[in-house]
Amino acid sequence: MDEALLRSLTPGVLTVLVRRGADFAEAEDAVQDALVEAVRAWPADPPRDPKGWLVTVAWRKFLDAARADTARRRREDQVDEEPPPGPAPDVDDTLQLYFLCAHPSLTPASAVALTLRAVGGLTTRRIAQAYLVPEATMAQRISRAKRTVAGVRFDRPGEVATVLRVLYLVFNEGYSGDVDLAAEAIRLTRQLAARIDHPEVAGLLALMLLHHARRAARTAPDGSLVPLAEQDRGRWDTASIAEGVAVLQAALARDRLGEFQAQAAIAALHADAPRAEETDWVQIVEWYDELARLTDSPVVRLNRAVAVGEADGPRAGLAALAALDDSLPRHTAVAAYLHERDGDLALAARLYAEAAHRAPNLAERDHLTRQAARLNALRAG
Amino acid sequence: MAKYLLLKHYRGAPAPVNNVPMDRWTPEEVSAHIQYMRDFAAKLESTGEFVDAQALAPEGTFVRYDGEGRPPVTDGPFAETKDLIAGWMVIDVDSHERAVELAGELSAAPGAGGEPIHEWLELRPFLSMPPTVTE
Repeated sequence: MDEALLRSLTPGVLTVLVRRGADFAEAEDAVQDALVEAVRAWPADPPRDPKGWLVTVAWRKFLDAARADTARRRREDQVDEEPPPGPAPDVDDTLQLYFLCAHPSLTPASAVALTLRAVGGLTTRRIAQAYLVPEATMAQRISRAKRTVAGVRFDRPGEVATVLRVLYLVFNEGYSGDVDLAAEAIRLTRQLAARIDHPEVAGLLALMLLHHARRAARTAPDGSLVPLAEQDRGRWDTASIAEGVAVLQAALARDRLGEFQAQAAIAALHADAPRAEETDWVQIVEWYDELARLTDSPVVRLNRAVAVGEADGPRAGLAALAALDDSLPRHTAVAAYLHERDGDLALAARLYAEAAHRAPNLAERDHLTRQAARLNALRAG
Repeated sequence: MAKYLLLKHYRGAPAPVNNVPMDRWTPEEVSAHIQYMRDFAAKLESTGEFVDAQALAPEGTFVRYDGEGRPPVTDGPFAETKDLIAGWMVIDVDSHERAVELAGELSAAPGAGGEPIHEWLELRPFLSMPPTVTE
């Protein structure tokens, strides 16, 4: 059974139901039921017109549910009163679905869950597995999200920026499990990029492709983190890099710079270096300057300090770091790295140990502990 | 089957035998320790005894209710004297003896010099649901 096809059809089927007058929450439930039935029925009996099959089954599920409901009269009247589903060539329904699922009234966790289900066509169970929560919890999160957006008009354009933030979250929260969230985020962003001509959508797609390209090289066989400079660049996915660079270049040519394009440009400069020593750090610092202008984010300025350390030497990096709040996440780890490069191994070892203590995840903690251990062994030996 | 919680402490437990801070080990010793923990969890998964394992950040806050309409009272960060949990593993085993055996094995994780740490772990039985058959 072609699960990718099934899932790519989901938003289109859902919007047909909504256009026929079903309300979003009920239509979405009906489409889930139809997907479950498709998974059961298609392997033995694949339909000739998969989308038509899904629309028929989902519409039947919707009507069954409407009839079964105690508020049956009200709903049937409502369906009758809806204007006929005439053609609406100027509104892309799938695009509207992205806007609805990322509506600003939703919390980030709700928007992520609703997007994965309604746009991505994932079942509640698989979304729950991906985020390591019980299925009942995820089901509640999704139904609350649907209630929250119940009153939102489906035909008004939303904000692209909110959709991009949701997709970025899906990509970046790399929880493990059966669902490859990074690949799913790329699929959804690619689908979005095909529907809307917006340089930041392209910028986000490029950013994802360029980072995803490094995935195989990012962890050692024992599960430990491999820093960018030590990665085996032969294991980077060159096709993904080439696509990311092409998408980025087309976006930059539009001359409407945004934060995702700037981040992608930095990733592209790393991808462009055959060896870590050949990285164009001067240009990377310039892109961080752009990014700092666009976002004013302290995390950006922290990363910029690392880049300055590479471009102009560790003393310059430490000077850039001194201007930043030392309670920032990873501030201590950056300080440790710059002091090591500056030759102060005792201080660097102490800072690595402190950074390990503050690390936000186990992989980073283990990595930083190894760094401290390495320097302490060097000093003792 | 009965569930047990294996608690690892940052501090508050008696000092282990092999008491060298991790950043004073060699990088190879750190890797060996991490591998031991990973293998231990994988083994319990394969025997059908693993339930959950989580690590906790060293920071934390005590919080309590301070009355209607008032913000909660907080205390922290934890003072040096306070007991501090580092993480846990939940196992589902046939007997208390088996739980003790596994806790002992986990406490033997290698540390400095590749020698077992002999770390103290806290073993706590879960309160279970009432049984269906009571007589």
